[in-house]
Amino acid sequence: MSKTKGLLFDVTLCIGCGACYDACKQKNKLPKTNQNFLSDHLSANTFTVLEQYNEYYARKLCMHCDEPSCVSVCPVGAFSKSKTGAVLYDGDKCIGCRYCMQACPHKVPRYEWGKTQPRVRKCNMCDDRIKEGKIPACAEACPTEATLFGDIDELVEVAKRRIKENKRNYYPHIYGLDEAGGSHVLILSPVPFEQLGYTPHLPKEPMPMLTMKAMEKIPPVVGVGGIFLGGMYWLTKRKNQIAKEKNEIKKELQEHEN
Amino acid sequence: MKTNSLLKFTFWKIVAVIIIVAGFISTYYRFTKGLGATTNLSDLVPWGLWIGFDFLGVGLAAAGFTIAATVHIFNLHRFEPIVRPAILTAFIGYSLVVGLLVVDLGRPENFWHPLVMWNIHSVMFEITWCIICYTTVLMLEFAPVVLEKFNLKAPIKLLKKISIPIVIAGVLFSTLHQSSFGSLYLIVPGRLYPLWYSSLLPVHFYISCIAAGISMIIFESYINARAFNTGLRLNILSELAVVVVIVLAIEFILKISDLLLSGKFNYLITLNMESFLFYLEIIIGTFLPIILLGSKRNRENKGILFIGAICVICGFILNRMNVCMTGMAASSGVSYFPSFDEISITFMLVVLAMIAFNLVVQNFQVFTYTEEHVIQENGVVETKKIITSE
Ligand code: SF4
Ligand code: SF4
Ligand code: SF4
Repeated sequence: MSKTKGLLFDVTLCIGCGACYDACKQKNKLPKTNQNFLSDHLSANTFTVLEQYNEYYARKLCMHCDEPSCVSVCPVGAFSKSKTGAVLYDGDKCIGCRYCMQACPHKVPRYEWGKTQPRVRKCNMCDDRIKEGKIPACAEACPTEATLFGDIDELVEVAKRRIKENKRNYYPHIYGLDEAGGSHVLILSPVPFEQLGYTPHLPKEPMPMLTMKAMEKIPPVVGVGGIFLGGMYWLTKRKNQIAKEKNEIKKELQEHEN
Repeated sequence: MKTNSLLKFTFWKIVAVIIIVAGFISTYYRFTKGLGATTNLSDLVPWGLWIGFDFLGVGLAAAGFTIAATVHIFNLHRFEPIVRPAILTAFIGYSLVVGLLVVDLGRPENFWHPLVMWNIHSVMFEITWCIICYTTVLMLEFAPVVLEKFNLKAPIKLLKKISIPIVIAGVLFSTLHQSSFGSLYLIVPGRLYPLWYSSLLPVHFYISCIAAGISMIIFESYINARAFNTGLRLNILSELAVVVVIVLAIEFILKISDLLLSGKFNYLITLNMESFLFYLEIIIGTFLPIILLGSKRNRENKGILFIGAICVICGFILNRMNVCMTGMAASSGVSYFPSFDEISITFMLVVLAMIAFNLVVQNFQVFTYTEEHVIQENGVVETKKIITSE
């Protein structure tokens, strides 16, 4: 269990049965939210959905980023990256500022808007099951290996092999390998990913870097700013004093003359 | 004439009472029914009017640190008379922000968590700390005004001794969190419309809050002079207006060159809702005030000075609302308009802030004047005792 885990979702293998959807609901004890799972969407009570695009089905869930925006932005550290690779949320810490929802590049975290003590909700990669040596409920339920669970390095190899061995079936890109700095959910598709509703044009650089560049400037700003302000105070005060003294001397001279 | 003004006075009182009562009821619902039932926020629009108002409250209170620095650090003591209004504005602005934050937080009972649970990578964490520290600084800076009223000399003396480090700390805290409000959006390049997204967002936020904060002081001084029929320190205010014009010009040049250098020219010539709002923001908040306040003659005209300040404030409000609402709307795919409860709670807090401001102004020496420069409404020069916080 030393290696980090991940999920590989392959659109070409998905038959749209919704077993993952049901398994996730059951595992996380989530109430029914829609008559037809294909028209459901992510919500506080739905951690994964299947979206239909013509003959294809696209699974949406938390991507479990390598350097997650949600972890980096949360003021109280309610999000954390587990040893398994999963990105987990601790509702006891959360203050409910919802910055995580604003910041997630995949727009994943959802909120319990209806409650007076709301929590942020999202897929947890079945971290508890992984730690028990089991595999995530959705991967276990999937009848076709469209959702595959494993060590992340191995999954990358599997994905590469599938594309290489079957060039005609796949769009030559592994979504999630580089997106927003890479993630622990990888996706393969026969068509460009934006056609299946996956967020396109994400930078390769981890998103938290964008903030870090600004945050790094804080110590120098404080240091230089403090010295500058202190220095200015001293200088201007001295200038005023000298001016005052000069005035006094002038006055004295004038008095003398008189 | 007298009954007339009395009637007018009661009219506004009634309006205020209605707003406050409505706000109280909404607040009650907010805490008993939750955010979903009382706001139009949703998973795709997690931040709305309240966060927007936090942006405004903090930005418009920016004079608190700029003026304090001007007087105490740069030792330009002729600005002394506006130190107190600036600090009071800042203090009340920040109280408003804290109030709104508590309403907005999903788990307000956990508000103290950032004090013990740290995530130093989070901009939100940094802002929280800066706001707490800066509000403390403001309290210390304003304390002498309260203490002098009760003639407590010893603590005033003590505060005076540490006043310079306090002011310096205040400037640093302000610099950090004013700019950090812009940094909040650095992590959402794909969501914020390109006309507003920039890696220089923190810098833009910092510079624009300086102009807005100072304009707010001009605005208040004018209103205050009218309401209490006291003099207006026109010479100081028009000097401030020069600063506003310079800052606006710098911000404008920076903003445009930033847009052009990052290859966003085509967004400037695309006609859509966003570019319309962007131009509106520039015209009202930058061009108009520069034209109005650019000439010395205009600056020395009370009315024009006042209108110019209002333009800057409106432009600033537009800018912040554009960043946190309209600029995010397109990418969220859903439209958002604040609910009744959101609006009524916001209005209630604004009215309460105005009342608090008035009460303090009436009971403490806030707008203080030196003898030589007091010009009354009717042009009569009045002499008054010098009361400064020096
Ligand atoms: S997809 Fe969003 S919620 Fe999931 S780990 Fe990445 S940033 Fe966090
Ligand atoms: S809503 Fe909760 S989990 Fe999300 S950033 Fe705020 S405190 Fe952290
Ligand atoms: S990993 Fe677990 S929580 Fe995530 S979608 Fe699958 S079943 Fe649901």
